[in-house]
Amino acid sequence: MSSLLVSEKELLLIQTAVFITKHKSCFLTVWTFLVCHEDVVKIVELACKHNLCIIPFGGGTSVSSALECPEEEKRTIVSLDTSQMNRILWIDEKNLTACVEAGIVGQDLEKQLAESGFCTGHEPDSMEFSSLGGWVATRASGMKKNIYGNIEDLVIHIKMVTPRGIVEKNCQVPRMSTGPDIHHFIMGSEGTLGVVTEVTIKIRPVPEYQKYGSVVFPNFERGVACLREVAKQRCAPASIRLVDNAQFQFGHALKPQVASIFTSFLDGLKKFYITKFKGFDPNILCVATLLFEGDREKVLQHEKQVYDIATKFGGLAAGEDNGQRGYMLTFVIAYIRDLGLDYYVIGESFETSVPWDRVLDLCRNVKERIVRECKEKGVQFAPLSTCRVTQTYDAGACVYFYFAFNYRGISDPIHVYEQIEVMYIRAIVEGEKLMSPNILGKLRKRWMKESISDVGLGMLRSVKEYVDPNNIFGNKNLL
Amino acid sequence: MASLTSFFAPAAPTPASDKEIWVRGAEPPSLLAFGGGDQGREGKQLLVSQKELTSKKRDEFEDILEERRLSSDLRYAMKCYTPVIYKGLSPCKPNAIKSAVLQSEQVQYVIKQLAKEMGESPDIIQEEATEILDEMGHSMQLGAVRFFAFTLSKIFKQLFQRVCVNEEGMQRLQHAIQEHPVVLLPSHRSYVDFLMLSYLLYTYDLALPVIAAGIDFLGMKIVGELLRRAGAFFMRRSFGGNRLYWAVFSEYVKTMLRSGYAPIEFFLEGTRSRTAKTLTPKFGLLSIVMEPFLKREVFDTYLVPISISYERILEESLYAYELLGVPKPKESTSGLLKARRILSDNFGTIHIYVGQPVSLRTLASGRINRCPYNLVPRHLPQKPSEDIQEFVSDVAYKMELLQIENMVLSPWVLVAAVLLQNLPAMDFELLIEKTLWLKGLTQTFGGFIEWPDNLCARKAVLSGLTLHANIARLVDGHVVLNDKGVEDGAVGEIVFKHALAILMCATYRNQLLNVFVRPSLVAVALQMTRSFRKEEVYSCFSFLRDVFSDEFIFFPGISLKDFEEGCFLLTKCDAIQTSQQEIYPTDKGSVIVSFLSAMFKPFVEGYQLIFRYLSRETKEAFTEKQLIPGVRNFVFQLLEKGNTQCYEALSSDMQKNALAALVQLGAVKKKKMSNGFTYNVNQEAVNKILDMFDARIPVQKPVAARL
Repeated sequence: MSSLLVSEKELLLIQTAVFITKHKSCFLTVWTFLVCHEDVVKIVELACKHNLCIIPFGGGTSVSSALECPEEEKRTIVSLDTSQMNRILWIDEKNLTACVEAGIVGQDLEKQLAESGFCTGHEPDSMEFSSLGGWVATRASGMKKNIYGNIEDLVIHIKMVTPRGIVEKNCQVPRMSTGPDIHHFIMGSEGTLGVVTEVTIKIRPVPEYQKYGSVVFPNFERGVACLREVAKQRCAPASIRLVDNAQFQFGHALKPQVASIFTSFLDGLKKFYITKFKGFDPNILCVATLLFEGDREKVLQHEKQVYDIATKFGGLAAGEDNGQRGYMLTFVIAYIRDLGLDYYVIGESFETSVPWDRVLDLCRNVKERIVRECKEKGVQFAPLSTCRVTQTYDAGACVYFYFAFNYRGISDPIHVYEQIEVMYIRAIVEGEKLMSPNILGKLRKRWMKESISDVGLGMLRSVKEYVDPNNIFGNKNLL
Repeated sequence: MASLTSFFAPAAPTPASDKEIWVRGAEPPSLLAFGGGDQGREGKQLLVSQKELTSKKRDEFEDILEERRLSSDLRYAMKCYTPVIYKGLSPCKPNAIKSAVLQSEQVQYVIKQLAKEMGESPDIIQEEATEILDEMGHSMQLGAVRFFAFTLSKIFKQLFQRVCVNEEGMQRLQHAIQEHPVVLLPSHRSYVDFLMLSYLLYTYDLALPVIAAGIDFLGMKIVGELLRRAGAFFMRRSFGGNRLYWAVFSEYVKTMLRSGYAPIEFFLEGTRSRTAKTLTPKFGLLSIVMEPFLKREVFDTYLVPISISYERILEESLYAYELLGVPKPKESTSGLLKARRILSDNFGTIHIYVGQPVSLRTLASGRINRCPYNLVPRHLPQKPSEDIQEFVSDVAYKMELLQIENMVLSPWVLVAAVLLQNLPAMDFELLIEKTLWLKGLTQTFGGFIEWPDNLCARKAVLSGLTLHANIARLVDGHVVLNDKGVEDGAVGEIVFKHALAILMCATYRNQLLNVFVRPSLVAVALQMTRSFRKEEVYSCFSFLRDVFSDEFIFFPGISLKDFEEGCFLLTKCDAIQTSQQEIYPTDKGSVIVSFLSAMFKPFVEGYQLIFRYLSRETKEAFTEKQLIPGVRNFVFQLLEKGNTQCYEALSSDMQKNALAALVQLGAVKKKKMSNGFTYNVNQEAVNKILDMFDARIPVQKPVAARL
């Protein structure tokens, strides 16, 4: 079946190529669905032969314009849709690895692995739609990385098709000391070098027990201090996040209407206890949400340890519901974004990582910058500008920002939005350093040089030069 | 403005705006077409402001003493004081700040380092740090503030007729204080400055500033402690070598800034200007307050230039004595009490103009790369990079230029300028006429004249004479300098008395100089070169600008721009005409040109005298302390013999500036010794500069050579 598909495409492609040579002034985009690794090899060969441009396409969840066709591209563009390459090829229970085709999306992967009692534990916010290949190509980070690790820790083996041929390691060992790891050329290459077709990834047994939790802190500073301590003692649960006051209130506003008078009474009582009895200012307090995973016994023990630390920083346990709702919010926001457009609201989110000692400064400065920039660009209402500390590392933390503004009364909202967005990233890049699963793409590549120096950029360029001299993978990301 | 930019390149497109524009250096095509040699700092973004040179709109003034004269001072001092504060402030006590400073990583790091190096226990050094902090720290208390509010009301009402403030400026300041940490940068002409400013903020219900004061004040019994409670903190005059002191001091200032505890106030000029000319800026404190922004510890910092001008300066005669070498009395409480007789005197009006707050973020954007700060832990003491140092210096100059721009000039300033050119006596009617003429010229040059209530010129001049009866008086329809006691003294006595009167008078003329300096140096250059070729005039201008770089305030490195501005202003008042290659005075303009160069003649001549002394009389290395009496005697003798009329060369301020200029021009070598700096003169180089000054040889600057 697959060969049939490709031969059809072949025909079409050759026709287009001929067409192009005749009418040099126009270009076409060809959409191809691929079914397996061999398909990809054929298409790439064909593209090299006819000098076409390929843009790989996975889940299409990019927020950094990485999938946009470059305007100046005059060749025929072939969009390689990998969504049909979605099978688990094998599962190795002895070594706890699985070989998976790169087009599979997160939720399908987890579902299918769960059937055999396993999981990857990799949960980026976009996991409902984003693909394994996309994770590899963008160095994705997952919510539960404290237990399972980020994509670079999860990947054992990668197969990638490049214009030069196929690149892969000849073994599946846990670690190699044979020079720089070639996986690191692939991870984060953002589709500029080739198409990732198959990935061998670590798997884990599905955890026995899962528990949410939450802690209220009197203010953001104390919350950050607590997270820092947790990171220092290396006892972070599967996920620990600190949500600032604005985001907490936002989440609260989204809370569904309660079913009974009793629950609303209980809620009222809780609120009274926290604000009046404990003296927390509802406009300053912030919340940490927690997720524990593992053996039941260990989870309970772990939970106690974390809550003990939190108490030292003035934290107050605030129940499982709040925690669960916090994680829901992450997914909900993606949907709210579209809804918001109907109400003149444009929003976006960005992530960055930062050393511990500068977390507070970064959060304050970026939020401040958004407010100021919106004001200068003539946005009439105060924007929503909020952040959460979303990951903890030994040396620093990951911070996730949301911003949204009401564009009523602005003549050209998209333009303003773009300007603010560009400024926003600039603030972050200037602010500390860039990182994060979705920070580069086209939107942000102009800061590449500043962040990795001329020589660093040259190193990446020379790799590109060798692997893809004719710029077949011409999505112009990164470099 | 259009005609300014089109001065050299008619088609240069410049965005016209009534605000300031930040321009990239070395871009205008005119620079390539003409000279541009010393503009070589390519890519450097200049903080040059293109001033709107025609009648700039300024705020209206409001007299704050008026209300004080009508209502009770006691009630005013006891009023409910709930100041506007920084939005991110978590209120804390002065002592909490001190302990935060002691515990800070910055200070602890230095303590540990020192302990390791000196082999002492950290506790001892910690003790030392605590002592430093106790000596330094303020302990602001509302009680003391109220005490000052009461007594200062009484005193100010006695001393001054009016204290005028631009209320819009105060409102802008109020917003600024709420938004970001604020640094107040007032001009410094008198001890009254900081008292007045705190008084002002109290009156307008704004957060009271903490003020960097000299340690000398602590020598005053009771008063020192009172000042401390009113928000003054004390810094030693020099502590470059003392790492512990530096760490504690800078951390103290930065902690207060970061937390938004209070606006921080200090004087860029470092000390009171004895001559009423703005002094060249000091960079130490400025670089400290800029650091939190550069390290991204605060989002932004506002710098607020404040211009305080006095119709009559409280310390005017003290200054004149000091400039002539009579030592300044030590700050002491008994001295203060003795000085109370001045309470019966009238010191006219004070004008305080609070400028537009300048956002440091805006100044730095596109100019400063803050990334290097990312790579080093923030508590390590770091020497600022050259880029940063240059930036600090540019910001300092920019702030001083903003101070100058908004400095109010009283009619008496004009009278003093005219009078000094017409000594020993001047016809009263002529003086009025000339003063009016100068008023027009000053306004053309962008000077900020407050002519009280459209008073007629005669009355304005008369009231100036009344107020300054100690300087000049009216005798038989002629105005003469008030140098009493001249008749019955020895020759030396006469010269001294005369010099005193002239220096006092010059203090007022000096207030005009920074407004006039660019067109005037063009005028001087025109007279010195006796040529109309633009290039020659420019190289002479640029030479003068270098020589006078410590005397007047020039933004670093934009010689050509200053020249263009000077020419533009002269063209505007029809004094000169310019073509592509040439500059020539118009018939009508010769009056202006000669007036302007006469205005700066004391400096040209004074410098010549000082240079001559240096080239002839100094053979060995000397210190500044040795030099000044030497020059003074030299000039004194010349004056006694009547060989010169340049009394202002006696001013120690001018002597120091001249020396500093020579050091910068490379004609004098400055060496650091254990007991301070010593200087070595390169006779040949000084002679060469002298020759250029005397116009015996044409100015040969590298710029000109490359043309």
